[in-house]
Amino acid sequence: MNSKVKATAILKDNLQNFFFVLPAFAIFCIFYIYPFYKMINLSFYDWRGIGPMHFIGLANYKELMSDHLWWNSIWHAGYITLIALTFQNVLAFALALACDREIRLKRFYRAVFFIPPVLSEVVVGLIWNWILNPQMQNGQYIGLLNHFLYTSGFPQLVHNWLGDPKTALTTIAIVHSWKGFGWGFIIFLAGLQTIDKQLYEAAKVDGASAWKTLTNFTIPMMLPVILVVVILTILGSMQVFVLIIAMVNEGLVNHTDVPVTRIFSAMQNVNRFGYACAEAVIFGMILVCVSFIMKKLSDKAKQA
Amino acid sequence: MRKVITLCSCFMLVLLAGCSQPPKPSNKLHLWHWMTDRNDTFLKLAQEYKQETGIKVSIQLFAPSDSYSQKVIAAAQADVLPDIYGILDKKSIVADFIKAGLVADLTDAMDADGGSWKNSLFDKGLADKSFEAGNIYGVKPGIYGVPIDVTNEQMLYNKKLLSKAGINAPPKTFDEFIKDAQALRRVGITPFVSGWGELWLLDCFASNYAFNIMGEEKIFATYRGKVKYTDPDWIKVFNIFTELRDKGVLIDGIVTKGNKYAEQDFALERAAFAFNGSWCVNVYHNMNPNLDYGVMPPPPISSAYPLKIWGSAGSSFVVNAGSPNKDKAIAFLKWLTAKKQQVVLAQETNNLPSNKEALSVISPILEEFARGMDQSTHPNIWPLNEDPSVSEAFDKGIQDIIIGEKTPLQVAQDVQEVKDRQMAKGNYSR
Repeated sequence: MNSKVKATAILKDNLQNFFFVLPAFAIFCIFYIYPFYKMINLSFYDWRGIGPMHFIGLANYKELMSDHLWWNSIWHAGYITLIALTFQNVLAFALALACDREIRLKRFYRAVFFIPPVLSEVVVGLIWNWILNPQMQNGQYIGLLNHFLYTSGFPQLVHNWLGDPKTALTTIAIVHSWKGFGWGFIIFLAGLQTIDKQLYEAAKVDGASAWKTLTNFTIPMMLPVILVVVILTILGSMQVFVLIIAMVNEGLVNHTDVPVTRIFSAMQNVNRFGYACAEAVIFGMILVCVSFIMKKLSDKAKQA
Repeated sequence: MRKVITLCSCFMLVLLAGCSQPPKPSNKLHLWHWMTDRNDTFLKLAQEYKQETGIKVSIQLFAPSDSYSQKVIAAAQADVLPDIYGILDKKSIVADFIKAGLVADLTDAMDADGGSWKNSLFDKGLADKSFEAGNIYGVKPGIYGVPIDVTNEQMLYNKKLLSKAGINAPPKTFDEFIKDAQALRRVGITPFVSGWGELWLLDCFASNYAFNIMGEEKIFATYRGKVKYTDPDWIKVFNIFTELRDKGVLIDGIVTKGNKYAEQDFALERAAFAFNGSWCVNVYHNMNPNLDYGVMPPPPISSAYPLKIWGSAGSSFVVNAGSPNKDKAIAFLKWLTAKKQQVVLAQETNNLPSNKEALSVISPILEEFARGMDQSTHPNIWPLNEDPSVSEAFDKGIQDIIIGEKTPLQVAQDVQEVKDRQMAKGNYSR
């Protein structure tokens, strides 16, 4: 009898737990699992978004493997990511280090550095479009950058930054880094503030220079935080999209294509939903692989 | 435990509420549109319609048009389309909507009363969503959409800037246009702007000249795969862009310029010529009410064939074939395109009315645009369209020419390569 009561209580307990989890599970299935399944499923079809769907097996993937525009777009995203990893994160780390010290107006700087990430990507794109405008009116450059270069004695540097294939992608990458460095700054600053200040004082007493303190002490202590920022930067930069649309519309020929603009174009311009899904699956797999590698590196760093 | 079960049951009920029963006939119509500039007027007209008929029309705006288009496709997939909506996609996609039973055939309504409704509207506006017998899409012939306004794309010239360069009249030929552009450059005025960062606008300009150089039969023969893009006539079309680039006609950064920026440049008198659609009248008026400009078709480069401009329905609505309020939706569209309502729309939004009888009230500049409807054509009324992948390669190729990366011949070969690939897959045209 006792065991029957006990079993009933366990069942009741399990059911209760199950019901607690059910809403979250249902939401997860409806908004994550089903769309994910549907995307993989659609990648095996030739479908124009409406009307009949034709099963074509792996044909979309086969075509994708030889689509040089697609692989170029991956390289472009990689290039933007590389600039973000270096320029953006070094800047963020340097500024976080500066604001971690006892300097005047440090609260003000913290607020200022966090303004770009708060702005919408469309707004950032519009602002930079104006700054980079290559046109002239009444003998003066309309864009702030070219106007500044011209009036400060560097007319040879005046350039059509977004209209030249040699500079367009780098310009976008720099603007993307400008927009994103605030996140890294905040995370780095939070990480730096967890380091006991007494350790710095001890290093100082031992005669360690500022550089040695940074390389032998601060950076090793910050390694897990740095890896988090690196992963977030890679995921954010590989998926850059809105900024590109806001700055160069449908792109400078194919020089500013990134995977997400290719996926969008496959759906919007050529109505190939199946192909777009195949692109999304491959791109998702690349991101998962990168994240997995970074996670492994992060684990190793933590152990060290 | 009971509380938990009750809570979870409520949650499941909320989820299941999404799977509601099909709507029943009612006195409320739902209309989805994307026209930010016309929303207030639509709301005002809907209010009037309610007072006249007792039928409430719920107007919902989803902008920009790209997002609207995606929303309509998603709603079509989920079978939750409103009573009245617009399809902004290519004709082949419109055909897919019709074949999927999502668009009502309006032919009978148009032909009723001796075809009075049909006859009141611009033919080219109606043709946008009409299908002829034997069309390549396999759609039952008929009229499937109602144009709310018509539009065409032409060139505009700033009278003040032209006179600054000593130009008294707009150019009549392409050579004159190049000479005028050089005269403008000499006095420091940028000659030409357009939003060629948006590929369709670039495609439109190029196709105007393709019609002029080789005529429509040869264009369609190219789409069918009978003529190659490496044909000398297509090279001539590509060469136009080499000349525009080399003679300094184009504004800096034209290949990444969105049309909104291009409109701003022309309205703020940063360029003397522009290539834009008739909706620009309203845009320019809002940006610079004192702008003194005129309208002209792109100056022809050849006398072999007439130059055609793109012109068709600016915006069309279709009726959901599955709507329980189908007849009421058709009646509303008939009312919306009647002279009185079209006059209101034309006056308040500065667009070309789709009802010919409302033309009498439009502004002189819109009248200039209206005259262009006679020489207009549009991909939506062509018997077939180029495969979208080929069109994309064609437009991007022109961008390549403009930025000096490729020659016309290289672009022609690239486009032909894409064409051959699509032909091999059976996608010769849609």
